[in-house]
Amino acid sequence: MSATPFLVLSAILFTIGCVGVLTRRNAIVVFMCVELMLNASNLALVTFSRVHGNLDGQVAAFFVMVVAAAEVVVGLAIIMTIFRTRRSASVDDASLLKY
Amino acid sequence: MGISMSPVLSEGAVPVVAPSSGDGVFSLLWLVIALPALGAAVILVLGNRRTSAWAHLLGTATVAGSFLLSLVAFFALLGRDEGDRSVGQHLYTWFEAGRFTADIGFLLDPLSALFLLLITGVGGLIHVYSIGYMAHDERRARFFAYLNLFVAAMVMLVLSDNYLGLFLGWEGVGLASYLLIGFWQHKDSAAVAAKKAFVVNRVGDMGMVLAVSLIFATFGSVSFEGVSEVAAGASEATLAVIGLLLLLAACGKSAQVPLQSWLLDAMEGPTPVSALIHAATMVTAGVYLVVRSNFIFERTELGQGAVVIVGVVTLLFGAIIGCAKDDIKKVLAASTMSQIGYMMLAAGLGVAGYAFAIFHLLTHGFFKANMFLGAGSVMHAMDDDVDMRHYGALRKALPVTFLTFAMGYLAIIGFPGFSGFWSKDKIIESAFGENLWIGLAALAGAGITAFYMTRLMIMTFLAEKRWAPDVHPHEAPKVMTVPLMVLAALSVLGGLLLLGGWITDWLAPVVGVAEHHVLPLPAIAYTLIVTATVAVGIAVAWVFVMKRDIPREAPQEVSFVTRAARADLYGDAANEALLMRPGNTMVESLITFDDHGVDGVVDGTGSAAMGMSGTFRKVQTGYVRSYALSLLSGALLVVLALLAVNLV
Amino acid sequence: MIAFWVLAPIMVLAALGILVVRKAVHAALLLAVVMISLAILYLVQDAPFLFAVQIIVYTGAILMLFLFVVMLVGVDASDSLVETIRGQRAMALVVGVLFGVTLALGVAQVSVGAIAGLSEANSDGNVEGLAQLLFKDYVFAFEVTSALLITAAMGAMVLAHRERLTPKPSQADLARRRMRDYAEHGRHPGPLPNPGVFARHNAVDTPALLPDGTPSEASISRVLAARGTVQSAPELADDIEQLYTGEEDEK
Repeated sequence: MSATPFLVLSAILFTIGCVGVLTRRNAIVVFMCVELMLNASNLALVTFSRVHGNLDGQVAAFFVMVVAAAEVVVGLAIIMTIFRTRRSASVDDASLLKY
Repeated sequence: MGISMSPVLSEGAVPVVAPSSGDGVFSLLWLVIALPALGAAVILVLGNRRTSAWAHLLGTATVAGSFLLSLVAFFALLGRDEGDRSVGQHLYTWFEAGRFTADIGFLLDPLSALFLLLITGVGGLIHVYSIGYMAHDERRARFFAYLNLFVAAMVMLVLSDNYLGLFLGWEGVGLASYLLIGFWQHKDSAAVAAKKAFVVNRVGDMGMVLAVSLIFATFGSVSFEGVSEVAAGASEATLAVIGLLLLLAACGKSAQVPLQSWLLDAMEGPTPVSALIHAATMVTAGVYLVVRSNFIFERTELGQGAVVIVGVVTLLFGAIIGCAKDDIKKVLAASTMSQIGYMMLAAGLGVAGYAFAIFHLLTHGFFKANMFLGAGSVMHAMDDDVDMRHYGALRKALPVTFLTFAMGYLAIIGFPGFSGFWSKDKIIESAFGENLWIGLAALAGAGITAFYMTRLMIMTFLAEKRWAPDVHPHEAPKVMTVPLMVLAALSVLGGLLLLGGWITDWLAPVVGVAEHHVLPLPAIAYTLIVTATVAVGIAVAWVFVMKRDIPREAPQEVSFVTRAARADLYGDAANEALLMRPGNTMVESLITFDDHGVDGVVDGTGSAAMGMSGTFRKVQTGYVRSYALSLLSGALLVVLALLAVNLV
Repeated sequence: MIAFWVLAPIMVLAALGILVVRKAVHAALLLAVVMISLAILYLVQDAPFLFAVQIIVYTGAILMLFLFVVMLVGVDASDSLVETIRGQRAMALVVGVLFGVTLALGVAQVSVGAIAGLSEANSDGNVEGLAQLLFKDYVFAFEVTSALLITAAMGAMVLAHRERLTPKPSQADLARRRMRDYAEHGRHPGPLPNPGVFARHNAVDTPALLPDGTPSEASISRVLAARGTVQSAPELADDIEQLYTGEEDEK
């Protein structure tokens, strides 16, 4: 079972996450795309863990999940706060800090 | 080798300044400066209004006190041995900086003693005269303060025992002269003239500053004593440079070509100022400087030659201008230039001429002050009109002025027996002893002097009356005529100083003893030639001025020479063309450069930054997604770079 | 490997779907597909613990959180897919594709070497192996994550907490406000009328009839009105005669 297809899939998912962050305007969807990127990296970590024959990669993936959970909690709270004040979840609306 | 040890100097040797310490009456020397300085301070501090009642008395009294002290000092000096007539007095140390020590000290020797008498004496008479002349000026108190300031500075100049103290006085008289020329500052012309005098003097002062600096750098001292001891050790080139710089300074103060242009305009000041500053005292400071620095000039052929050339050029220059002017004070001013040219010429001749330069300086101080004050008296009578074409036949209206003026006139043209005869004759004789051409130039100058002074006399006092009907000439009050009489007497009797060669012997300890010149002709022959030339000058004036009508308005269709002389021989035009125009052009081009070049670069940088900022700030859209795109592009570049490194 | 080749296209398609669907709920569901597939891939790669965690934490907790927020913000708040920043989408696609291609090529180029496999590491069981690592080598990092989680929980509470700026209105205040609104704006002070009185259909979509026989707009939900599923009273009244008679017959 070769590792390369997993890694390529990980790269593709990561790229799709990137493009999603760049193109979607709904903050929640943008956030989902960030999660997608994190998951893609997790896949790579797990794959590398298998390649190297030790569990450190899996531990790293585990930590990524923990951090992602924390991040989601805070991030969604922020989105809520913004939505509460602006009645909008669009990331383009929060563009006052500019030229 | 100090003078005190060797009273008899060998011929041609340059004496060393070696004063003995002064005590007794000499310890009061500082009062000569302090009195007029105090007068000036009191009047200026208290102000014009509070002092107007007695300021003129205070001013005159302080100068009279100075004169008495000078007289006492003079006689005390006279009473000493010939070799011991140099008294030094160290007052205090002004400041010290490293090797440089600036002392305030006095040197009273035969030269400065004569100057003291001239300054305080003639100055005192002019003070007295001013009491009458300025009686109706509401700023008279201030005028006397300035006069006192001037006298104090001038005394400082001649009494100092070092170049720095001399420079202090030098600048002091410059300031006083500026204040006095511009005394009637409500007149534009006076203000401009004062500024002009000040600026032109600055040029000379630059020479003075450089000379003093160079003297210190070369000799390690600025005192006359220290410099004269070691002057022989310096290189010819250094001495020549110092000499030329000192000459530049002298040219500025003494209105010699090429820095002559300020003197004619300086006649805008009140007439006593013209008499005091521009005849008797300040303008002679340059001659004093050259004579005082004889230990330098004696050792540089170049310097002496330059002094002679400046003197000759100026004496002819001034004389020619004097022929064409109709303003009585300007004629006298031109003649002052010319006469100081004589002094410079004599001073440039070295040991042979120093004494005669000082001699002529003294007699000139007498007769020129006399004539200036006389001119003031005439103006006083003619309602301040200065145009000689509006005068004529004033001898009957102003008998005292006429007589005293005539004494001055006879003295200046060198009428036999009068003071100017003796002094000028000696200078011309020495000039012939030096060089035939210089002699001829000096002789020509004497002839021209006779011409223009006679013209002045005829146009003012003789010929027919040309004044306007509403002018009523009247003789000046006693307070003005008495100084005239005293000065007239001095003009007549000044020649007595030469009696038995007294003045040359008196000055010998300072300037040395002349080598005996063998003249190609006997001395009496020169005297006759000079007298004949003067006679020709008078005759020409008589034929061309007395025998013709004098129009009230100056004729315009005149020869080129006359027009040139009326324009001060284009001195101002030359200054304007050579200095002012290029200066203005340079400044304007610098302004243009600054406006467009420097400012252009600065503004350009600024607007370029502004423009670029204006463009680039659009990048800051505020959209998080744009920033994220930039972030991803950066990540792409990093990945590409990593790949590239890997592939290589 | 079969699992991979089956799941990989599904995951990529689902991920691409996230880019194009209009509604956030759909995106969340597509993301769930990707995540569950990932969990299976973890299982395939000898990571049963992560498989469980992925399902429980990600799909179970995090995605539920997303759905909560989506509901709070509004299920209907669908994205308009018209791009507002000029050139953003094109540039994003270009850079993204370049990035993806570069990354994929780079990963594919690297020779990973022999695959060690986890059979040895998992000899005591995957969970035991991970526990050995977590509580020995990574024990400090593990403890720090607890601090991180507590901080995140605190942060979320602080952010979600709303400070009350005005005193809470009492019932009397509300009554007064209603009467004032009625006096100034003519707003109806009482409760809105109940919908339909005819219980033949879903009665909430039937407007009530006012005493004069006209249907009352205020008696039905605005949402139903917006959907256009409101019944009209006259239509319902078409067979009313018959109904009356029928009823009378039965009686």
